[in-house]
Formats: sequence, structure tokens, C-alpha cells
Amino acid sequence: MPKYLHGRPIIPGQASGKALVSNEPLSFWGGYDYQTGTIIDQRHPLAGQQAAGRILAVPFTRGSSTTTAVLLEAVKAGTAPAAIVTTAPDSFFALASIVADEMYAKPIPLVVLSSQDFALLQTGQALNMQEDGRIEVN
Amino acid sequence: MTTATVQLSKHDREKLAGGYGPAAKMAMSIILRMAEFHGAKELLDITQAHIDSSIYMGEAGLEFAERLAGLGAKVTVPTTLNVSSVDEHHWREWAVPPDWAKNAHRQMVAYEKMGCRPTWTCAPYQVNLIPKFGQQIAWGESNAIAFANSVIGARTERYPDLLDICAAIAGRVPAVGLHLIENRAGQVLMNLVDIPLALQQDDSFYPVLGHLMGQVARDRIPVISGLQAQPTEDQFKAMGAAGASSGTVALFHVVEKTPEAPTLEAAFQGGQPEETVPVTMETLRVARRELTTATGKKLDMVVLGSPHFSLTEFKQLAPLLVSKQVHPEVKFLVTSSRAMTLLAQKAGILESLKAFGGHITVDTCILASPMLPPEIKRLMTNSAKYAYYAPGLLNTQITFGSLTDCVQSAIKGRVVRDESLWEQQATMGKSDSSAQNPL
Repeated sequence: MPKYLHGRPIIPGQASGKALVSNEPLSFWGGYDYQTGTIIDQRHPLAGQQAAGRILAVPFTRGSSTTTAVLLEAVKAGTAPAAIVTTAPDSFFALASIVADEMYAKPIPLVVLSSQDFALLQTGQALNMQEDGRIEVN
Repeated sequence: MTTATVQLSKHDREKLAGGYGPAAKMAMSIILRMAEFHGAKELLDITQAHIDSSIYMGEAGLEFAERLAGLGAKVTVPTTLNVSSVDEHHWREWAVPPDWAKNAHRQMVAYEKMGCRPTWTCAPYQVNLIPKFGQQIAWGESNAIAFANSVIGARTERYPDLLDICAAIAGRVPAVGLHLIENRAGQVLMNLVDIPLALQQDDSFYPVLGHLMGQVARDRIPVISGLQAQPTEDQFKAMGAAGASSGTVALFHVVEKTPEAPTLEAAFQGGQPEETVPVTMETLRVARRELTTATGKKLDMVVLGSPHFSLTEFKQLAPLLVSKQVHPEVKFLVTSSRAMTLLAQKAGILESLKAFGGHITVDTCILASPMLPPEIKRLMTNSAKYAYYAPGLLNTQITFGSLTDCVQSAIKGRVVRDESLWEQQATMGKSDSSAQNPL
């Protein structure tokens, strides 16, 4: 039986993919290789994981203000996550998504979940995100 | 998305309608969408900007810059530029691919064309156009944001790449976050407990404290209390850069040391900390150990200057190099701004660095430019920011040490560190003689 989590769409959009989940915030600069779509921050629990095409769930972005530019490169290179889930609206993810929309008409869907719902996500789950922020978890 | 409407001025609406040209329209549209994202009631004027989008990373960022410049974008407030991704004078001495140098140069040209000043530094607060207390600014570059907010008391949100230039073109930003005084109160208290004064007076204390601050604070505003020493500008710089790397620190207060924290009460604007965390020698030692990922004593390169080296730091370095030579198997690099490098040259310090066998890189750094040849695997630095990012960005191992440790290691060709300050237990602050390098 699939279950549904009801999130708040920050940048609405449809996406589906395997979940990649961590409770640790992530900086994309020094943390994400846009040429391969891999997480490269060796201190991060997701180090070495492929995030391209997956639904990335991290609480928020950490550190460098270059995160947005890296994410825009990933959108152009086709190595961005299919969507991103956070525990609070994250302005860096929002900006990257808005600029990806302005430049390439390819916004990255962003959804905020409550901390309780976020805790139900696990790496490897098949997620299906709807425009209204609903996430089907299989 | 919030449905609240953002109150716009007549000028804002004209910009959105294209009355100031297509670039102003694009910039204003992005600013407005971000204002809606934040649920801002209105926009506010900025009087200065610092642009981090100048870093070249790939085609998309270059395309963005050239599109804006091509549409005739002009900044409407005095605007400084963060690092570029190529040192145009020295890149051929390193492993920078010519194509990269060409593209990074194109990106520099695009931002200069928009009217930004070619400062090319991550420490703009030490060069020129230094903002004043209370001034509303839009700054990119995490360490610069932390310094401007915390040490100067200017007011900026964390402006990410791509948004900073939009703010500079529009001259307007969403009235949210750290622009508003009520959002600048401390949230988490970090209380120094029994930290020897001699350690507090040492340069290597501040990157470690900053690293710990970022971990504890995460995205909250930390307040440091119990600091007896008066940090220098460069010590604050190192602390903020560290906290903005290990955490999302855009503003920190140090009781009695930073402008919005004359007292503990003022730092919290009369409120209570949501958490209190003691900072002990033990937690500091753990934080210091985390800044080192290397095992063993092997060393390929020493790198100093993140954030960019200041004239004061050049002056601290110079006497350590006198009549010494860097080990033949070790590279020694200082990264700095053109402005500071010029001052260092006038002071004769560049000559000393050259005689020592060291290199200088301006406008950029090892994190923003692919300078390092693949055989460089083991770095040493006194910068927590380099220590934090080098392992992931450069696939290297790194050792954190003091400035003196770094120079001594470069001479000996292997990692040497003076542990005496970090092994102290006493609270009374041993005399400075205990800090002497025993080597």
C-alpha cells in the first residue's frame, strides 16, 4: 500500500524517482559534482551517492552561497536531482529553481515536509511528487 | 508559494514592465519571485553589493552572465566582485586548462561590463567600499556575509550566486531576514569555559572556534560569550569563514566584541537563548581534529589565504620566511587580492616570499580555479575554510595548523605542529612564552 505525505509546494512540479535522504544539510559547492550528479562532500553521509534524477531530501543547504550556481550547472548538464524535499523553505534551492525556469524553462520542483513527515523518508523509496505537494511513497 | 502580494514602488513596476530595459526586467522579475518566496511585504533599497556569481564553474553560469551583459545590464549601486576563477597573470604556472582560463576570463569581462568594480576578492571588507554599521547591502560570498553582518553590523541576507547580481542591477531586495533588526537577535549561546587566555590570543584559535560555531549553530544565530581576548580583524575573518563553512552562519555575535552585542542581553535583544552550549578545551580539540583529514606527515603543498590574505597577514608571514627556503618537494602558495598583493609588494614582502620559494595567486584561489596538478594530494593550511572544502572539491587530504606550523612544515617538508597551546588545561592563561614553537 502506498502512503501519502502532504507537503507544501515551494516550486510546484511533478517528479518521480528513488529517494536519497539525509538529515545532514548539504552544500552543493564542494558537495555536488555537477558533471556526474554525485555527492562529493566526504564529510556528508551521502558522500559517493548518485543524486542525478533522484528525489533528494536534505533539511536545508549549508555553507557556501555558490550552491545555487552549482545547481544551475547541474540543470543545464542534466545531472540535477529530479526534485528536492526540505524541512523548511530553502532560499538557495528556490533561487536555483527560479533561475533554471528563467534560463531553461526547467524549474526543479521543491516541496517542504514537516520534520515528522521528513523522518518517514528513507533512501531507496520510490517517490512520486505531485504539483500540490503531495508525495506518494512506495 | 505564498499568495501574499509584495508592495512595489512605481520604479519597481516600471522595471518589471521593461521600462529600464530587458536586463533590469529579468533581474527585477527574479527579485520579485524571491520576495514572493519569502513572503516579503515590500522591497527595500540597497546601497552596495558584492557579487559571488563572478566565479566561473561551467557553461550555465557563464551563459547567465553573458545573457545579462548582452541585454545591457548595469549595476545601479557600487558593486564589488568576489573571486574570479583564473589568475590572469599566473595561471600558466599551474594546471589550469587553457579553455577554463578563457571561459573564466569571459565571465570576468561580463561582470566588469555590467559596471562592477574589478576587486576580485573574497575579503572585500578589507579592500575598499567597506560598508558601515546599519547599512543595507546585498552581499554574496558566505565569509563576506558573516563579516559584514557580524563584525561591521551592516545588514545583508545570504545572497546566493545569481541573486546577488540581480539585486545589484535592480538596486532592490526583499525586505526579509537579516535586513530587519528583529531578525538579528542571537538564538544559541556558546559559552567559553576555562579556555586559557594564551590560546584565545592565538590566531589558530579562531578558525577552530568558528568551525565549532558553525556546527553548533547550523542555521541559527550564535552568540559567543566569555571571550576575554579582543579578536583582531583577521581573527574575526577566520572565525566567520569557518562558521560559514561548517554551518550556515551569516551573523554571529561576540559579547562585548561585536557591534550588536555590547551586552549578553543586547545580543539576544532581551530574549532567551533557545539552547546553551558550553565551549570547552575538549570540544575545541575535537573541532580542531576534524579540520585535519590527512594521516601521516607527508606534505605536498602549503596554502594560505582563505579568505584572501591581508597586508597584516603578509606582515606576520614575512619574518617567518627570513633566510629560509621551502623544501624542494613542497609548494608554498599564498592567495590574495590584487590590492593587498600590491601593498605587500610595496612593503617588500613579495620579494621575501619569492626568495623563500613561495608563490602568489591573485584574484582567485585553489577552490575556485583548477590550479593544482593531480600529484598534489596532501595540503596544509591555517584556514578552516580551505580545510573544510579542499577534501571534497580537490580530492586532497588536508592538515590544519597555525601559520607558524604551516611555514615550519613547508621548510621541513613534512607536517610539524606545535601542540602546546592545545594541550593546556589551565584557566589562568599561561604566559605567551608557552606558545613558542619548540622545534
